[in-house]
Amino acid sequence: MSPAHKYWTHWIVVAAIVLATLQTANALPAFARKYGLRCSACHESWPMLNYFGQKFKDNGYQLMNDRDSPIWQNPSYWPVTFRITPIWHVVTTKNVVVDSYAGGVATGTTSSQNIESSGFDLSGLDFHTGGTLEKNFSFYVLPSSDPTGAFHFESVFARLDNLFGSPWLNIKLGRFELDNLLSEKRILTLTGNGGIYQLYHFIPAGDGNIFGQIGDNQLGVEVMGHSANDRTRYSASLISSNDGNVNLTLGANSYTGFFTASQAFDAGKLGVERIGAYAMVGEAATYYLTTGSVPIPGSGIANKGFSREGFVGQFYFGPHVDVQVVTQHGSDNAWFGQGYGNAVATDGNGGTTCGAAAGTPGCPANNFPGTTLPVGSQAPSWNGVTIEPHYVYSPQLIFIGRYETIHMSQQANGPGYAAGFTGPNGLTGPSASNLGNISDYTLAFRYNPFMTSRAGFAWHNEWNWMHQIGTGPLLGLSSPNATYTEFLTGFDFDF
Amino acid sequence: MNSKLLRAVVVIALLALPCVALAQITEYQQEQWLHTPAVTSHIGNLTGNANSDRVKYDYRRYCVGCHGDLGDGNGENAIWFIPPTYAKPRDFELAVFECRSTPTGTLPVDQDLFDTIARGMDRTNMPPWNTFTDRQRADLVAWIKHYSPRWQTEKPGTPITIPAEPEVTPERVKAGQEVFARVQCWKCHGVTGKANGPSAPTLTDDLGRPILPYDFSSGARPKCGSTDRDIYRVFMTGLDGTPMPSFADNIKPDEAWELVFFLRTLQPNNEYNKKEKAIAKELNLKPLNALQLSQ
Repeated sequence: MSPAHKYWTHWIVVAAIVLATLQTANALPAFARKYGLRCSACHESWPMLNYFGQKFKDNGYQLMNDRDSPIWQNPSYWPVTFRITPIWHVVTTKNVVVDSYAGGVATGTTSSQNIESSGFDLSGLDFHTGGTLEKNFSFYVLPSSDPTGAFHFESVFARLDNLFGSPWLNIKLGRFELDNLLSEKRILTLTGNGGIYQLYHFIPAGDGNIFGQIGDNQLGVEVMGHSANDRTRYSASLISSNDGNVNLTLGANSYTGFFTASQAFDAGKLGVERIGAYAMVGEAATYYLTTGSVPIPGSGIANKGFSREGFVGQFYFGPHVDVQVVTQHGSDNAWFGQGYGNAVATDGNGGTTCGAAAGTPGCPANNFPGTTLPVGSQAPSWNGVTIEPHYVYSPQLIFIGRYETIHMSQQANGPGYAAGFTGPNGLTGPSASNLGNISDYTLAFRYNPFMTSRAGFAWHNEWNWMHQIGTGPLLGLSSPNATYTEFLTGFDFDF
Repeated sequence: MNSKLLRAVVVIALLALPCVALAQITEYQQEQWLHTPAVTSHIGNLTGNANSDRVKYDYRRYCVGCHGDLGDGNGENAIWFIPPTYAKPRDFELAVFECRSTPTGTLPVDQDLFDTIARGMDRTNMPPWNTFTDRQRADLVAWIKHYSPRWQTEKPGTPITIPAEPEVTPERVKAGQEVFARVQCWKCHGVTGKANGPSAPTLTDDLGRPILPYDFSSGARPKCGSTDRDIYRVFMTGLDGTPMPSFADNIKPDEAWELVFFLRTLQPNNEYNKKEKAIAKELNLKPLNALQLSQ
């Protein structure tokens, strides 16, 4: 493998670990037990919220019926839920470069093979605990493990609800999911690529911006408000540009704002329709001070900007059919496009994985004073859309489809980039206009054999196909494009 | 890609087939629900229908856990609601409703049920379902009505008339306290409105279950609405099924308004009682003497 291959393979492994831990969702039988409501009251299909569930969440996990304080609960009530998903799945990766052997000895050549792996597996384990500390004081704590049992805090926050008696002012502090109307933490799909929204995690090929992933839980403070019936919502978050990592391991003074607003309308027989918009505007460091050439965590400076913005729609067509749409226009500063921004190379849980000097193979570039961008560098930008229709046959059975596509509109290595020159982002020469474009299809259904206010159980079946253009060689594949297929069946349960 | 997608669709569909059969409305529910009479509701220009496809779906999704398949208030969670802390779910078979605009003993009008669904019932497990569309609520009103034969044999009462609200004055607040004493509100609600009157521990609803009077000092929303008109209405219609009677024959409309103004002084500060609280402070209004009242 070339250094570039090793570099990208390393990041695939990191990404896989991070993605595995991302499959956490907030569906709490503990809330159902507290209030005596069935899962279906709050969830279109567990764990996806319906409008009532969204209002419950926006009220700080309160029904607003004057029985929200824990003082009204039996003292033995302990609001804990666990969730885990045993599965069987088959994963196919197309055109992987593999070493060739002859007579038990490596020939030094490679061949191309499809690698198909199947077997029984486990998701990570989530321990959800949340609710109210007192009327209008709510909290959420979610220790979450990856499938090997290594724990981290996926979500931890306290929230002051209905300040001054008004639902228009609520303040949350801690680590939390950004106020995405189409919530990735409540996603109805579980496969490696289908279990996330590609749009929420997209980073252009070679890009060094470790932030800007609106699907990850982030550390910060959120102000949000809503009308009494939740038809009108807004939120504004100020978050550290550290991708939710603890211990200030990245930029010391870089922040990002995330803003949403939406309005729902009563559309008669069709249901309640919602449209909204979001914007993330922020900065992240590109230069990390070094000692002995090794980047110092928390020392990031030389902030550069990035943005993500788009529209959201939740459209209901009667009780059985709905379509959720998210669009995005994203842009990173040219420095990120050239691979700067991640010199500390976190492992996603606050630790670092790159102890060597920045710029050495496997360690991303560092924007040392006096560094200049290669001629022809541009700010990468892209457009994407996620369309997710659901057919809710009954509260116990839901069919899910999803189509996601992301198209680069401007590459980091522009037409003026020197041919044959490999930039700090690992890309050589001007990039093809479609480098990094993604298409992703997911089909699934979830069947809940019972529906009570005590526990949740779903038989989950899902197929996902994902295709990315031009990143094959970067990912150690022999084909220009990267293609993955996965079929998964399993039991998703919580109690 | 197309052939793979097609194959995936086929596999997913085959696996889903048995689930489609299993996820249908149960035979028991079918038996109960197929014979739904053609009950309708009328809210303004909106007509709700108990036979709509949506209402069965909504009732099953949101309501059945407490109110039960039969609407008898015996859903799976009912046993965990232990009065008086948590009231039992409403039994729709009886068609007795607390929050009405109609005289005591009569059926409510559709608008009353429509409003109750959106407002919820504070201090019970009935949340405000104000996220529903008007259509959903109208259909649910019709659906609720199909559970009791009363709706086939009786007509709803005529909504009471609520006269225009007079100005809040010190005299009216003081007069309200006298009404409070005369009609013995204090016996249940206590002289300070803290739900600690001498009769409070003995109260039961019509089904013999313990029930608490409203605690004016708690800041909790009154069950049937928070405005002055809502409180006035409760005096004149009573809360059927509970020990709170109608005082329509005992107090005049002016007196009812005076009582509203006085009761506002017992509540913590809120958006409705600024004037009344100021007047009470100005008058240095003292609570009634329970001992003297009981003699």
